[in-house]
Amino acid sequence: MIQQEWPLWEVFIRSKQGLDHKHVGSLHAADAAMAMQNARDVYTRRLEGVSIWVVESRHIHASNPDEAAEFFEPAADKVYRHPTFYDVPDSIKHM
Amino acid sequence: MATPDLSPAQLAAPTYPAELRSQLFQYVVQLADTSLILAHRLSEWCGHGPVLEQDLALSNIALDLLGEARSYYQYAAELEGRGRTEDDLAYLRSAVEYRNPLLVEQPNGDFAYTIVRQFLFDNFHYQLLKELKAGPDARLAAIAEKSLKEAAYHLKWSSEWLIRLGDGTPESRRRLDKAIAALWRFAGELTTPTPGESHLQELGLVPDYAALLPAMQAHVAHVLAEATVPLPTAPVAQLGGKTGRHSEHLGYLLAELQYLQRTYPGLTW
Repeated sequence: MIQQEWPLWEVFIRSKQGLDHKHVGSLHAADAAMAMQNARDVYTRRLEGVSIWVVESRHIHASNPDEAAEFFEPAADKVYRHPTFYDVPDSIKHM
Repeated sequence: MATPDLSPAQLAAPTYPAELRSQLFQYVVQLADTSLILAHRLSEWCGHGPVLEQDLALSNIALDLLGEARSYYQYAAELEGRGRTEDDLAYLRSAVEYRNPLLVEQPNGDFAYTIVRQFLFDNFHYQLLKELKAGPDARLAAIAEKSLKEAAYHLKWSSEWLIRLGDGTPESRRRLDKAIAALWRFAGELTTPTPGESHLQELGLVPDYAALLPAMQAHVAHVLAEATVPLPTAPVAQLGGKTGRHSEHLGYLLAELQYLQRTYPGLTW
């Protein structure tokens, strides 16, 4: 099958309202130009976006799910890292 | 589906004299038939594309062309002014009444066939729409303006695929060469005016094909060079479709496209 010969790409789309590109899915393509066109055809058919990023999946390094405990749980009891202990003066708007 | 966003002024059928009106009707029907038949051919790929991504790309292009065809049929029905609707024009005319050029009714073949057929059409379609958009008929100009963005993408897509197939593997090249040998002869009809088209061109109402040719030829030369494919020697153009003399393929295509309306007249969703 051709699909097994074409590398996998991850697709990120920025919507009209959004400021950031969000991961929307993946696809197969022979190179970046084809990945861009495929992303346009597969993921922006319903006006989902105004900007597309594609990156080959092999360039993404992911955290190891087995290390989730040591990676993330230590942050759970560090409430002082949230800026919630300040009294915001009434005159400060938009906080 | 709704008519594309056109202003009331653009929607009003222009007041052409009766004879001109009927000639323009023929021309607009030809534009409509061409987009509809190619849309139908491309829709035959749906669920059969070589990969999911291209299956969707082919369906997207088919839907773009179908939308364009509908706009033309609606305009044609108004120009005719005999109470026929877009559906009557699409579903209740026989093969000899269809006016699409032979190229677009050619079977899909393999992916290379589909790409060569698409490339030859897109290259013409894009240049034609650019001229139509600047033309004197407000309705055609409005339809062309909407379709031009779509056609620009179609041309980019088919050009890049032609380059990939030509400059790809020995097998892709073999298939591309075969498709070019089979289909190139149908390109000439696109820019060979019928007597009716010549008349409208002389009046300046529709684009003169001679004016499209330099840009079309330049793009073909550029894409084939990138694809490392030698420019085919111009074969004798195979004409006929635009005057109703079609290949046998169109009858089978229409049998499928029109089956429901022919079997259950007036059927709606």
